[in-house]
Amino acid sequence: MAISVSVQSEDFDVGVEVRALSIAGVGAVASFVGRVRESQSGLFAMTLEHYPGMTERALHEIAVEAESRWPIAAVRIVHRVGRLLPGEQIVFVGVSGPHRGEAFAACEFVMDYLKTRAPFWKKEEDANGAHWVDARETDDTAAARWQR
Amino acid sequence: MKVQVLFFASLREALGTAGETLEVGEGCDVAAARALLAARRGEWQRLASPRIRAAVNQALVAEAHGLAEGDELAFFPPVTGG
Repeated sequence: MAISVSVQSEDFDVGVEVRALSIAGVGAVASFVGRVRESQSGLFAMTLEHYPGMTERALHEIAVEAESRWPIAAVRIVHRVGRLLPGEQIVFVGVSGPHRGEAFAACEFVMDYLKTRAPFWKKEEDANGAHWVDARETDDTAAARWQR
Repeated sequence: MKVQVLFFASLREALGTAGETLEVGEGCDVAAARALLAARRGEWQRLASPRIRAAVNQALVAEAHGLAEGDELAFFPPVTGG
Protein backbone atom coordinates (compact mmCIF):
# COMPACT_ATOMS: atom_id res chain seq x y z
CA MET A 1 0.00 0.00 0.00
CA ALA A 2 1.14 3.56 -0.66
CA ILE A 3 1.64 5.65 2.46
CA SER A 4 2.70 9.27 2.39
CA VAL A 5 3.29 11.32 5.54
CA SER A 6 4.40 14.93 5.62
CA VAL A 7 4.86 17.34 8.52
CA GLN A 8 5.50 20.79 7.11
CA SER A 9 5.10 24.50 7.73
CA GLU A 10 3.95 25.21 4.16
CA ASP A 11 0.31 25.06 3.12
CA PHE A 12 -0.91 22.14 1.02
CA ASP A 13 -3.08 21.86 -2.11
CA VAL A 14 -6.08 19.58 -1.53
CA GLY A 15 -6.42 18.99 -5.29
CA VAL A 16 -2.85 17.75 -5.55
CA GLU A 17 -3.30 15.47 -2.54
CA VAL A 18 -6.56 13.98 -3.82
CA ARG A 19 -5.09 13.40 -7.30
CA ALA A 20 -2.14 11.61 -5.73
CA LEU A 21 -4.63 9.21 -4.10
CA SER A 22 -6.45 8.56 -7.38
CA ILE A 23 -4.38 5.59 -8.49
CA ALA A 24 -5.27 2.65 -10.75
CA GLY A 25 -7.95 0.35 -9.38
CA VAL A 26 -9.26 2.90 -6.91
CA GLY A 27 -13.01 3.49 -6.93
CA ALA A 28 -13.23 5.76 -3.91
CA VAL A 29 -11.22 8.61 -2.46
CA ALA A 30 -12.29 10.01 0.94
CA SER A 31 -10.56 13.00 2.48
CA PHE A 32 -10.72 15.30 5.47
CA VAL A 33 -9.32 18.80 5.87
CA GLY A 34 -8.94 20.41 9.31
CA ARG A 35 -8.80 24.21 9.46
CA VAL A 36 -8.14 26.86 12.09
CA ARG A 37 -11.62 28.06 13.09
CA GLU A 38 -12.55 31.65 12.38
CA SER A 39 -13.93 31.62 15.89
CA GLN A 40 -16.34 33.89 17.67
CA SER A 41 -13.97 33.91 20.64
CA GLY A 42 -11.51 36.17 18.86
CA LEU A 43 -8.65 33.80 18.09
CA PHE A 44 -5.70 35.65 16.54
CA ALA A 45 -3.51 32.70 15.65
CA MET A 46 -2.55 29.18 16.56
CA THR A 47 0.95 27.72 16.85
CA LEU A 48 1.52 24.00 16.39
CA GLU A 49 4.51 22.39 18.05
CA HIS A 50 5.55 18.81 17.33
CA TYR A 51 8.12 16.21 18.27
CA PRO A 52 10.25 15.87 15.13
CA GLY A 53 10.88 12.24 14.28
CA MET A 54 8.29 10.75 16.60
CA THR A 55 5.50 12.63 14.84
CA GLU A 56 6.30 11.20 11.40
CA ARG A 57 6.73 7.77 12.93
CA ALA A 58 3.40 7.94 14.77
CA LEU A 59 1.55 9.08 11.65
CA HIS A 60 3.11 6.29 9.60
CA GLU A 61 2.10 3.72 12.23
CA ILE A 62 -1.48 5.01 12.19
CA ALA A 63 -1.59 4.63 8.39
CA VAL A 64 -0.21 1.07 8.65
CA GLU A 65 -2.84 0.29 11.30
CA ALA A 66 -5.58 1.60 8.96
CA GLU A 67 -4.28 -0.66 6.21
CA SER A 68 -4.42 -3.68 8.50
CA ARG A 69 -8.10 -3.00 9.20
CA TRP A 70 -9.49 -2.12 5.77
CA PRO A 71 -8.60 -3.15 2.20
CA ILE A 72 -7.40 0.29 1.16
CA ALA A 73 -4.97 1.34 -1.56
CA ALA A 74 -3.34 4.52 -0.27
CA VAL A 75 -3.19 6.88 2.70
CA ARG A 76 -1.86 10.44 2.62
CA ILE A 77 -1.41 12.56 5.75
CA VAL A 78 -0.18 16.16 5.69
CA HIS A 79 0.02 18.07 8.97
CA ARG A 80 1.24 21.61 9.27
CA VAL A 81 3.32 23.02 12.12
CA GLY A 82 4.25 26.56 13.11
CA ARG A 83 2.03 29.64 13.37
CA LEU A 84 -1.30 29.47 11.54
CA LEU A 85 -4.02 32.09 11.14
CA PRO A 86 -7.81 31.62 11.32
CA GLY A 87 -9.06 30.03 8.10
CA GLU A 88 -5.76 28.34 7.31
CA GLN A 89 -5.58 24.61 6.66
CA ILE A 90 -4.01 22.50 9.43
CA VAL A 91 -4.32 18.88 8.38
CA PHE A 92 -5.18 16.71 5.38
CA VAL A 93 -6.04 13.03 5.66
CA GLY A 94 -6.96 11.15 2.52
CA VAL A 95 -7.65 7.47 1.92
CA SER A 96 -8.38 5.66 -1.34
CA GLY A 97 -9.65 2.17 -1.88
CA PRO A 98 -11.95 0.04 -3.98
CA HIS A 99 -15.21 1.25 -2.37
CA ARG A 100 -16.46 4.20 -0.34
CA GLY A 101 -17.26 2.29 2.86
CA GLU A 102 -13.69 1.43 3.74
CA ALA A 103 -12.35 4.75 2.46
CA PHE A 104 -14.71 6.75 4.72
CA ALA A 105 -14.09 4.51 7.73
CA ALA A 106 -10.30 4.47 7.36
CA CYS A 107 -10.18 8.24 6.89
CA GLU A 108 -12.15 8.80 10.09
CA PHE A 109 -10.04 6.24 11.93
CA VAL A 110 -6.79 7.95 10.89
CA MET A 111 -8.11 11.35 12.06
CA ASP A 112 -9.34 9.98 15.41
CA TYR A 113 -6.03 8.23 16.08
CA LEU A 114 -4.00 11.21 14.91
CA LYS A 115 -5.76 13.46 17.41
CA THR A 116 -4.90 11.23 20.37
CA ARG A 117 -1.57 9.63 19.36
CA ALA A 118 0.48 11.93 17.18
CA PRO A 119 2.69 14.30 19.20
CA PHE A 120 1.38 17.72 18.18
CA TRP A 121 0.42 20.50 20.59
CA LYS A 122 -1.63 23.61 19.87
CA LYS A 123 -1.10 26.99 21.45
CA GLU A 124 -3.76 29.61 20.85
CA GLU A 125 -3.34 33.38 20.88
CA ASP A 126 -6.29 35.63 21.66
CA ALA A 127 -6.92 38.97 23.37
CA ASN A 128 -6.00 37.40 26.73
CA GLY A 129 -2.60 36.22 25.52
CA ALA A 130 -1.28 32.82 24.55
CA HIS A 131 -2.38 29.55 26.12
CA TRP A 132 -1.89 25.85 25.43
CA VAL A 133 -5.00 23.98 24.31
CA ASP A 134 -6.20 21.26 26.69
CA ALA A 135 -6.75 17.77 25.37
CA ARG A 136 -10.45 16.99 24.99
CA GLU A 137 -12.10 13.94 26.44
CA THR A 138 -14.32 13.71 23.35
CA ASP A 139 -11.19 13.03 21.29
CA ASP A 140 -10.32 10.08 23.54
CA THR A 141 -13.89 8.82 23.23
CA ALA A 142 -13.72 9.12 19.45
CA ALA A 143 -10.48 7.12 19.31
CA ALA A 144 -11.70 4.53 21.82
CA ARG A 145 -14.58 3.39 19.59
CA TRP A 146 -12.03 1.90 17.17
CA GLN A 147 -10.44 -0.25 19.83
CA ARG A 148 -10.79 -3.98 19.38
CA MET B 1 24.35 5.70 32.60
CA LYS B 2 23.14 8.73 30.69
CA VAL B 3 19.84 9.31 28.92
CA GLN B 4 18.79 12.28 26.82
CA VAL B 5 15.60 13.82 28.25
CA LEU B 6 13.28 16.00 26.17
CA PHE B 7 10.29 18.14 27.18
CA PHE B 8 7.57 19.51 24.92
CA ALA B 9 4.85 22.15 24.76
CA SER B 10 3.47 23.48 28.07
CA LEU B 11 5.87 21.28 30.03
CA ARG B 12 8.89 22.66 28.15
CA GLU B 13 7.71 26.20 28.80
CA ALA B 14 7.04 25.62 32.50
CA LEU B 15 10.45 24.02 33.06
CA GLY B 16 12.22 26.64 30.96
CA THR B 17 14.21 24.00 29.09
CA ALA B 18 13.73 21.72 26.07
CA GLY B 19 15.79 18.97 27.66
CA GLU B 20 18.96 17.78 29.33
CA THR B 21 21.29 14.86 29.72
CA LEU B 22 20.28 12.95 32.84
CA GLU B 23 22.43 10.54 34.83
CA VAL B 24 20.39 7.56 36.05
CA GLY B 25 21.27 4.29 37.75
CA GLU B 26 21.52 0.97 35.95
CA GLY B 27 18.14 -0.72 35.67
CA CYS B 28 16.32 2.61 35.92
CA ASP B 29 12.86 2.59 34.37
CA VAL B 30 10.68 5.46 33.13
CA ALA B 31 8.89 5.76 36.47
CA ALA B 32 12.20 6.12 38.35
CA ALA B 33 13.55 8.74 35.93
CA ARG B 34 10.26 10.63 36.19
CA ALA B 35 10.44 10.53 40.03
CA LEU B 36 14.03 11.76 39.94
CA LEU B 37 13.00 14.83 37.92
CA ALA B 38 9.78 15.48 39.87
CA ALA B 39 11.81 15.51 43.11
CA ARG B 40 13.34 18.83 42.06
CA ARG B 41 10.14 20.47 43.32
CA GLY B 42 8.58 23.63 41.90
CA GLU B 43 7.42 23.28 38.30
CA TRP B 44 9.25 19.95 38.07
CA GLN B 45 6.45 18.43 40.16
CA ARG B 46 4.34 18.59 36.99
CA LEU B 47 6.19 15.44 35.97
CA ALA B 48 4.50 13.54 38.79
CA SER B 49 1.14 13.84 37.01
CA PRO B 50 -0.01 10.73 35.12
CA ARG B 51 -1.31 13.12 32.44
CA ILE B 52 2.29 13.70 31.41
CA ARG B 53 3.05 10.93 28.91
CA ALA B 54 6.45 9.35 28.31
CA ALA B 55 8.08 8.12 25.10
CA VAL B 56 11.38 6.28 24.76
CA ASN B 57 13.22 6.48 21.45
CA GLN B 58 10.14 8.10 19.93
CA ALA B 59 7.58 5.46 20.89
CA LEU B 60 5.02 5.72 23.70
CA VAL B 61 5.96 3.42 26.57
CA ALA B 62 4.61 2.20 29.92
CA GLU B 63 6.11 3.44 33.17
CA ALA B 64 7.87 0.12 33.76
CA HIS B 65 9.82 0.42 30.49
CA GLY B 66 13.51 -0.07 31.29
CA LEU B 67 16.00 2.56 30.12
CA ALA B 68 19.33 1.92 28.41
CA GLU B 69 22.43 4.07 27.96
CA GLY B 70 21.85 6.74 25.33
CA ASP B 71 18.04 6.39 25.24
CA GLU B 72 15.95 9.39 24.23
CA LEU B 73 13.30 9.87 26.94
CA ALA B 74 10.59 12.42 26.19
CA PHE B 75 7.90 13.78 28.51
CA PHE B 76 4.91 15.71 27.19
CA PRO B 77 1.32 16.73 27.95
CA PRO B 78 -1.67 15.10 26.20
CA VAL B 79 -1.47 15.72 22.46
CA THR B 80 -3.78 18.24 20.76
CA GLY B 81 -3.06 18.03 17.03
CA GLY B 82 -5.42 17.62 14.10
